[in-house]
Amino acid sequence: MTNAQATPVLELTGIGKEFGAIRALHDVDMHVLPGEVVGLMGDNGAGKSTLVKIIAGNFRPSHGEIRFAGSAVHFNRPIDARGVGIEVVYQDLALADNLTAAANVFLGRELKRRIGPFALLDHKAMAARALELFGELRSETRPDDLVKQMSGGQRQAVAIARTRLSNAKLVMMDEPTAAISVRQVEQVLGLIHRLKEQGVAVMLISHRMPDVFAVCDRVIVMRRGEKRADKPIHQTSPEEVTALITGAKEAA
Amino acid sequence: MAMPMESPISFTNVGRIRWWQRGIFASQTGYVLLALAVLLVVMHFASPYFFTEGNMQNVAKNFSFIAIATLGVTFVIITGGIDLSVGSMMCFSAMITSMVMTELSAPGSPAGSLFVHMAADGKTVLANVPGLILVVSLLAGLGVALLAGLVNGFCIAVLGLSPFVTTLGMLSIVRGLGYVVSNGRGSFPGGPDAGYFYALTSGDVLGVPVPFIYLIVLALAMAVVLHHSSFGRHVFALGGNEKAAELTGIPVVRVKIEVYVICALAAGLQGIIISGWLGSAPANMATSYELNVIAAAVIGGANLAGGIGGPLGAIVGCVLLEVIRNGLVLAQVSSYWQQTLVGVIIILAVLVDRIRSRMI
Repeated sequence: MTNAQATPVLELTGIGKEFGAIRALHDVDMHVLPGEVVGLMGDNGAGKSTLVKIIAGNFRPSHGEIRFAGSAVHFNRPIDARGVGIEVVYQDLALADNLTAAANVFLGRELKRRIGPFALLDHKAMAARALELFGELRSETRPDDLVKQMSGGQRQAVAIARTRLSNAKLVMMDEPTAAISVRQVEQVLGLIHRLKEQGVAVMLISHRMPDVFAVCDRVIVMRRGEKRADKPIHQTSPEEVTALITGAKEAA
Repeated sequence: MAMPMESPISFTNVGRIRWWQRGIFASQTGYVLLALAVLLVVMHFASPYFFTEGNMQNVAKNFSFIAIATLGVTFVIITGGIDLSVGSMMCFSAMITSMVMTELSAPGSPAGSLFVHMAADGKTVLANVPGLILVVSLLAGLGVALLAGLVNGFCIAVLGLSPFVTTLGMLSIVRGLGYVVSNGRGSFPGGPDAGYFYALTSGDVLGVPVPFIYLIVLALAMAVVLHHSSFGRHVFALGGNEKAAELTGIPVVRVKIEVYVICALAAGLQGIIISGWLGSAPANMATSYELNVIAAAVIGGANLAGGIGGPLGAIVGCVLLEVIRNGLVLAQVSSYWQQTLVGVIIILAVLVDRIRSRMI
């Protein structure tokens, strides 16, 4: 990791974002190293989602610079961010209910096979690969079932499986453990560990203190659009983080 | 970067959904098809004329007259949109086609001189290959449909206007343009290529009406596109969850424009076929057909909320409407009852679907 220490996978400098008169983010600096799990915490309206959407290419920042793996990047659309190796698991999971699990995993990057002049969907290959990914996630999810008929945990597995399709360098998870069962929380945290072992950086956006302290190496606390703390997890405590989130403690 | 599997995945808690609870068996299209089959049997016993060759040909021809446009509008409905301009589009395309054909076939006119000239005995003689006038006029008719579809798609996908309002406006614009170019008189396909035109639109091959053949070919193509191409996958994703489609990098704007263009082209083609059958393209042709077309799509199982629909459903909806119309005529019921019954069926079909989805 010595080499990786030198070049963070993601580096933000002076990121700011205004929506009309509303200042959603102000002068945020942060970095994420390869294989590092960073917890991003903050109350509703603290600017977490805006920050995630800027990194994911949904919004362009009003100020500041994003560097990815050492070089400056400008994302106009989410597909640009995905192109360099940033994957996002959205809070509402961004699934199309009327499609199957496999179709959702491959949405926007379907596998095709050529038949004469036509490129047709390769249903078999997509189902096989999706089943493999669900197996890695230890989720009992059938690729051919409609997402509409699935449990919260299965839906989560579908959304996470999507990020495993490409060689992502950074996976951002927006509240991945908010709406699932205890056993499935364990599975998601296990997955984060496995991503880390592969050298993938993970940003975990979560309200759940135990989850953040279970898997994260470092925690960043946002409040009122600004970064208030950025500490290794062993130098802080749930009490301190709570104080930072609520504003009882201004900065650390 | 495959992760090692600790053990092969087992499905201890997740049962498999039975075959009769998935696919077509669990869809509105499925039981509307069943209702249609029952209706056909009832008709057979109610009227000895129903299953005669002549009547079947008649039914096949009649439902083909709205079914191609229904295929087009089904694309739009699957994305969660609506296109109200199909009726006007049918008329305008048909009108432009026959006007261009007539114009190009007139030896004196500036455009016509390229295609025909007057022979010494006063007869019109073709200057080029036979059929060229027909091809040019068909392209002109479909070209205006393409343009209208592009405008619809642009307003909806790029400017973000509501599909209902945009296409309601287009309904009026296109109908108005039809009156403007024809001065309200309508037009007739004429000239040396008119024979080909009638053969291609209202002829038959081995007793099968050609519109029916077009319909089957287009429906098969649509089935392949919807279920085996990434475009089709994106159409469904757009109707299922537009935000998800956008987040996963689907070119939402392009897909939306494409479905409105497909719909307009299908309507244009349908209009041209109808004008061949009528022998003219009157300015009030296909007025309020958009309602029949949308009704057929909805009865066949296309969901106006988006995400569900297909070519089989579109055709089943059209056949059901036509069999009921035909059946009422054979049963000597006043034709004024038709519209009432169609309305009842629209509501019934959707109601049954609602009840079924609550039961599961």
